[in-house]
Amino acid sequence: MIRSATGPLALRGGGTRGPRVDGEILDLSGLSGISLYEPGALTVVAGAGTPLSEIEQTLAAQGQRLPFEPPDIQALLGRQGASTIGGVAAANASGPRRVQARAARDSLIGLKCVDGRGVAIKSGGRVMKNVTGLDLVKLMSGAHGTLGVLTEVAFKLLPQPETSAGLCLHGLTNTQAVSAMSAALGSPYEISGAAHLPAEKQTYVRIEGFARSVAYRLDRLKSLLAMHAAEITVADQPVERWKAIRDVAPLAGQGGDLWRLSVQPSTAPTLLAGMPDDAKVLLDWGGGLIWALIPEGCNLRARLGPISGHATLMRSASSLPVFSPEPAPIAALSAALRAKFDPKAIFNRGIMG
Amino acid sequence: MDMPLVNRRILNSRPAILDALAAVLSEGVLITNTVELKAYECDGLSAYRCPPMAVTLPRTTAEVAAILKVCHSMGVPVVPRGAGTSLAGGALPTADCVILGVSRLTRVIEINTADRFIHVETGRTNLSVTGAVESEGFFYAPDPSSQIACAIAGNIAMNSGGAHCLKYGVTTNNLLGVRMVLMDGTELTLGGPFNDSGGLDLMGVICGSEGQLAVVTEAWLRILPKPEGARPVLIGFDSNEVAGACVGDIIKAGVLPVAIEFMDRPAIVACEAFAKAGYPDCAALLIIEVEGSLAEIDDQLARIRDLAGRHAPVAYRESTSEADSARIWLGRKSAFGAMGQMGDYMCLDGTIPVSSLPLVLRRIGEMSDEFGLRVANVFHAGDGNMHPLILFDANKPGDLERCEAFGAAILTLCVEVGGCLTGEHGVGVEKRDLMSVQYNPADLEAQMSVKDVFDPSWLLNPAKVFPLSASAGRRAG
Repeated sequence: MIRSATGPLALRGGGTRGPRVDGEILDLSGLSGISLYEPGALTVVAGAGTPLSEIEQTLAAQGQRLPFEPPDIQALLGRQGASTIGGVAAANASGPRRVQARAARDSLIGLKCVDGRGVAIKSGGRVMKNVTGLDLVKLMSGAHGTLGVLTEVAFKLLPQPETSAGLCLHGLTNTQAVSAMSAALGSPYEISGAAHLPAEKQTYVRIEGFARSVAYRLDRLKSLLAMHAAEITVADQPVERWKAIRDVAPLAGQGGDLWRLSVQPSTAPTLLAGMPDDAKVLLDWGGGLIWALIPEGCNLRARLGPISGHATLMRSASSLPVFSPEPAPIAALSAALRAKFDPKAIFNRGIMG
Repeated sequence: MDMPLVNRRILNSRPAILDALAAVLSEGVLITNTVELKAYECDGLSAYRCPPMAVTLPRTTAEVAAILKVCHSMGVPVVPRGAGTSLAGGALPTADCVILGVSRLTRVIEINTADRFIHVETGRTNLSVTGAVESEGFFYAPDPSSQIACAIAGNIAMNSGGAHCLKYGVTTNNLLGVRMVLMDGTELTLGGPFNDSGGLDLMGVICGSEGQLAVVTEAWLRILPKPEGARPVLIGFDSNEVAGACVGDIIKAGVLPVAIEFMDRPAIVACEAFAKAGYPDCAALLIIEVEGSLAEIDDQLARIRDLAGRHAPVAYRESTSEADSARIWLGRKSAFGAMGQMGDYMCLDGTIPVSSLPLVLRRIGEMSDEFGLRVANVFHAGDGNMHPLILFDANKPGDLERCEAFGAAILTLCVEVGGCLTGEHGVGVEKRDLMSVQYNPADLEAQMSVKDVFDPSWLLNPAKVFPLSASAGRRAG
């Protein structure tokens, strides 16, 4: 299909997270199934169209999981479908645990794909340490299919922790919240999530691990954060709470343009102050990730000016570019790479560069 | 090992090239005298040597750009160099090249513990990055054995690992941004003190590109809070297979040690003779380190004790003090020195799925008999990163060639069981011609097309990474 294609193709996994593009739909859900799962080697290999839910259930049965907590943002984007593991890789989709376990691309250890000429390529493999040749895995992860169609992906895994627990700090301003989250993330207590809900003035910090250790660390963390907040409680229903933060549930089902900013955490309060008054926001990654619902048509990039980070327009009726414009030399390299991997310019055109 | 023919045109233009470089560089940056050039004739893979045409040691990114611009315009190959500790010949010169060394770029530009990053120039050593943030309770996680000497530039080029990758990942997982210069002198910044790329992840392909794509002069690195505590345990077994099976059980059981190191009998004997660390006399031993709160360490060690107990260990020793921990690590950390005392050796670093450990160790033992060369195994078992050390005698005719053939056979086996040629040392010149064992022509073509984009004239770090036969058409151009 790729070899004979002349017009644009819209690559589709579950259709749950990527930007929408024009073109004939290339449905990848047929490339489904786990081809190798070795719990003792902490690795799973699966077809790109394998539903994320199938992967997560299979891993959970062995007490393991994907480290980076991929979010389910269907409700947020107003979509319906079954997220696929290939879509997670192509979007480099990482959730709250990114502060500890890093991004999807960091757990992605190998892939197979088909380039724009219909040539099958592999990079990486199924071992977690591999520096053999150029790392095309990283290049493809987060490329949203613009360099090739992912057909198979291999991920490194982690054991499920015995317990998950956390604290809630009440009544903090954005500035106070970011500084409290930084203190937590700079502590040795292995924080696996740090998020702030400005509307509720609630700041959540999560710890996972062996029960005894979690109890001890929760206690220590509470003492450490006492100087940052007058009221600190042990968070109730931590699993549900963090699922809601992961999926950005507080911003779901509402109108407006949806922005996602990845920034230097300490700059977040200033950026939030620069947003329109009626902006609805959620801070994750200790302030390093800002989700913002802004009235339609407001060009947030222009409004905020240069930032230490980048801003992606996740959902909008406007014609603003989805990804932050890049400096000329970087844009030139990216365009040249696309021309090499997709010479007919058929994959997911118009969303990147 | 072949190197491409020296380009006479370049050698004949040497005076003009040196003049052009001298004209744009500050005093002392350009080195041209034969005695000083000799110091740069090899890196950690000292079996191969070749003095370069000239060496440059720039003091700023602007000077790096100036050197690259001159070399680009005159068609001169450039070999980037960090501290020259590559075990794969990643910084091996050609006679017609200019070495671009970053050893004078050592500044710390910013330390930011609130946002958990450090911004440094890349000539800085790995260990001194941790040194710069230690007093604030932080550290930089990747810890290659050469960390006292190796430069961040080389760590980025080779995507270096270390003993603690099982928990903390390798360089690419701890790199936030780079400032770099393309072969044509273009300066640019990828990433920065924030997460992920807003467009294509170019930094992802720069890391591990072995100086094929650009020269990295600055880096934003993730720093992490130091753990509350750590404790190693030493466990001896009466066979490699049993030790390998124990590793699999520990990982499967949900315990996540920061390091699982494996030594076989030849390695144990050599290390014990060299370092006298008090290792038990056994066929295989594991050093497992766990980290965290006291409660967590106790919990993890209890689980490990239980799991190891099912494999009838012949020795079990948990550290009881800092000094004890240091002793447990002493033998392992001096392994390479110990092997060096026994003669010449070649160190491989193929990676295999952990489940294949027993099979691969058995096959290496059989091949050792077939090739008539001794081999010791000391490696990172948790992530399957093998380090077979093949002993040979460089003065004995044919021994090096036999050793290389043995090495190639081991690496081919690693690929056959689902692994790869190199887990942390890089391809360099050493494993260049084995690349086609792991990758088919289409895979290699895809990688080379990335180089076409960053370095269209193929002048950066010539004759590395890609088999000479595969890159011939491009290099000639």
